[in-house]
Amino acid sequence: MAKSVTHEFVKGLWAEIPPFRLVLGLCPTLAVTKSVEDGIGMGVATTFVLVCSNVLVSSLRKVIPSKVRIACYIIVIASFVTMVELLMKAYRYPLYQSLGIFIPLIVVNCIILGRAEAFASKNNIIRSLADGLGMGIGFTLSLAALGAVREILGSGTFLAMPVFGPSFKPFHFMVEAPGAFMSLGLMLCFMNLVGKK
Amino acid sequence: MGDLFLLAISCILINNILLAQYLGNCPFLGTSKKMETAVGMAMAVIFVIVMAGVATWLINTFVLIKFDLEYLQTVAFILVIASLVQFVEMFLKKSIPALYAGLGIFLPLITTNCAVMGVCLINVQKEYNFLQALVASFSYAIGYGLALILFASVRERILLARVPRPLQDTSIGLVTAGILSLAFYAFKGMV
Repeated sequence: MAKSVTHEFVKGLWAEIPPFRLVLGLCPTLAVTKSVEDGIGMGVATTFVLVCSNVLVSSLRKVIPSKVRIACYIIVIASFVTMVELLMKAYRYPLYQSLGIFIPLIVVNCIILGRAEAFASKNNIIRSLADGLGMGIGFTLSLAALGAVREILGSGTFLAMPVFGPSFKPFHFMVEAPGAFMSLGLMLCFMNLVGKK
Repeated sequence: MGDLFLLAISCILINNILLAQYLGNCPFLGTSKKMETAVGMAMAVIFVIVMAGVATWLINTFVLIKFDLEYLQTVAFILVIASLVQFVEMFLKKSIPALYAGLGIFLPLITTNCAVMGVCLINVQKEYNFLQALVASFSYAIGYGLALILFASVRERILLARVPRPLQDTSIGLVTAGILSLAFYAFKGMV
């Protein structure tokens, strides 16, 4: 008996939460978490692509010949990414600008191809939908959490609202590249500490 | 000539693709545990980035812009990269088997390496001309190799150290990458 749909959804939220448990999709995780807003925007865009591509790949899984499957998945993903890119350009231009090159780079986010290959190509549509949604939300939450840490320490704000008094000196290190690597590493350490079995 | 030299320096050190632009991090952490795999990966990446950079620049200039199809950039680029990687793989297998064996499984994995796609997109976004695109692709690739090999040698030493349990593996890897990135950060403002 296969595991329930709920299980497929919930596993993305903690047991296999993407950037931490499956160490995949690190580049956007590091690059767009300068602020909470960017993190959430990236998370939502990725979730959209992940859900759509999971559903489409799953519904086409009997049609796609296994020899050219990776190429097919990439085309499916690339088309959805183009959609997100155009939509974001039209309706959320400031966010589009701040995410910049990382929107087209959702195509090569290993989480999406990884889920298409490892899950959607073997499971039915409903379960793939649940898996995509769970993974996507997990990814969004992780980005938001990392974004919060970096934004609060690095610029002293949360969602662009000041958190500390005027005497607070922002810890610029955190919004730069070195801070990104270190805060992700330390968060991973924290997750290991809490989730130890 | 001087401009191109500055461009090269800035792509290798200041805007290092791994440590300052955060591109290509998954294989960076995955293949840096051993020096051998790191060197193999670095070679494969240099090879593919240069070819992909040139190919996508040509396609963008002579096909996409000419026919007003720029919105297809993402799809076109990823297809070019995927087929290029496949082609390079077949070519190497037939003609230079030694190199093929050396690169091993890293070649097919490069398709989903965001550094490759990233360099192609940067070339287009900054509107480089052909020579600049060539120099930039090559220098970004060299920067990638440099960072990867440096990181791998640090990581080999970490294997010998006693790391607290929750910090093991990827976690300590990321913190180390942060320190290495700090070193590259010092080049900022040089050019």
